[in-house]
Amino acid sequence: MNVGLILRPLLVLLLLALVLRPEWFTPIFAPLAPPGAPTIYARSSLLSLSLSHLGLVAAATFAATIVAVSLAIFVTRPAGAAFKPLSRTIANMGQTFPPVAVLALAVPALGFGSGPTLVALFLYGLLPIFENSVTALTTLPPATMDAARGIGLNRWQRLLRVELPLAFPVMLTGIRLSVVIALGTATIGSTVAARTLGEVIIAGLLTNNTAFVLQGGLIVGLFAVLIYDALIQLETFLARRTGA
Amino acid sequence: MIEIDNLTKIYGDTHAVDAVTMRAETGSITVIVGTSGSGKTTLLRMINRLEEPTSGEVRINGEPTHVEKPHLLRRRIGYAIQGHGLFPHHTVARNIAAVPLLLGWKKQKIRDRVDELLSLFSMEPAAFRDRYPAELSGGQQQRVGVARALASRPELLLMDEPFGALDPIIRAQAQDDLRRIQQRLGSTIMLVTHDMEEAIRLGDKVAVMDGGRLVQHAAPAEIIAAPATDFVRDMVGDVERPLRLLSLIPLVELIEDGPADGDALPADASLRDALSACLWTGRSAVPVTREGIVVGRVTFEAIRNRAELHA
Repeated sequence: MNVGLILRPLLVLLLLALVLRPEWFTPIFAPLAPPGAPTIYARSSLLSLSLSHLGLVAAATFAATIVAVSLAIFVTRPAGAAFKPLSRTIANMGQTFPPVAVLALAVPALGFGSGPTLVALFLYGLLPIFENSVTALTTLPPATMDAARGIGLNRWQRLLRVELPLAFPVMLTGIRLSVVIALGTATIGSTVAARTLGEVIIAGLLTNNTAFVLQGGLIVGLFAVLIYDALIQLETFLARRTGA
Repeated sequence: MIEIDNLTKIYGDTHAVDAVTMRAETGSITVIVGTSGSGKTTLLRMINRLEEPTSGEVRINGEPTHVEKPHLLRRRIGYAIQGHGLFPHHTVARNIAAVPLLLGWKKQKIRDRVDELLSLFSMEPAAFRDRYPAELSGGQQQRVGVARALASRPELLLMDEPFGALDPIIRAQAQDDLRRIQQRLGSTIMLVTHDMEEAIRLGDKVAVMDGGRLVQHAAPAEIIAAPATDFVRDMVGDVERPLRLLSLIPLVELIEDGPADGDALPADASLRDALSACLWTGRSAVPVTREGIVVGRVTFEAIRNRAELHA
């Protein structure tokens, strides 16, 4: 806990410096760049790449959350129970498909750019959120659910006032997994011209410039670690509030 | 008045509840007692339509329950269960206010009612209002559960093994509290338990269920003195019958003039308490007090004669 208190702000500062003032790191990365090649990626601003990267992840995760949670709510109602195995299979298929294959298949339909990446991230994000939501909604405390019915809440009131709030911490775990997967997977999006931090890594790989690879990798990695950590903090806070 | 009329619930081939007919007077406690699988919980859950009856009907003050939407019906009927079923993400106040909120009460009225109920259950409102259920002891959670069930002053309170999760000492305390509160509010209560001791202690009437059928519905004293079937006799327990019976009779009935030594008992204590005191201290009579003043004695002899009446 104490380690976290010191480490967290340090990592945030390091990330901000890498994104906003990359030139500060010239002496560190210089030995890794081939002779004569630039050390610091300057073809576009790292800040705008980061924002675009995070934006893609946020949009895809948001859409995946809406779809996965709606689906989970549907299959946990008596009317939708029959669709549970089917929707599990579909969500699993989304996860099994390699992201590169999704990108390749989506390009002819959606063209180069952010579209295919959004589709890949969306498909990839569905499964963890769906599985966690179904688990959360089917393992609610039975006495609480019985009481909710018994004191006169109707279906909607039970869903909105009891089931979703109680299931939320576990759903959030699924969202966290999706976000972290998406942060990594989004880098591949740059192969089909999506603006993400993958651009820096790919540029480094194409020109044998380890400095670029390391820069892009570090920034993506730090984003992933910090966002993961922030979501865990949020989950713990919410779980404590619901007495779990 | 609650009328249960020929109520039946069939699951597949089994009659979980088989043509039960009974009546509970307004302001009384009816305890439904039986072993597991006797249909007692199903019977209770059909009253607020958590289970829909296969046939038969329930009437509350003459009004059949099946004409109303189930969730609206349930808002008029208090419901308290084993393991309390509180909403873990809501404060104590919000839990108790659940039904008044559904009914759209004014804020101030809800606040007042929450504080009134907390005080009634001996929980300081200022200290407990804003706590979460996880921060309470088992006994406190159970009290909040009952307070929630009473919040909107329901016409009827259904309780399904409400004290099942409590340890014996807290359970006895909770039973006394329920009795006290019921007498004060004049609530009509139907309570399910598997514990005959609890049934005798709490019930104005005891309804014994066996295999889906109502086998006896009578006052506790009658259940003990004249069990209708062998099953009821077993539930009461042959060895303990005299003691259970004595526990229902207050000392007032046997007070006589005369001297007695040692610690006194209050007049509303039971003959079982007096018998126990006689046996434990080797006395043949105990003094009886009313509001602290000795008003007479109860003798060992008199208790024995009283118990013999039923043999």
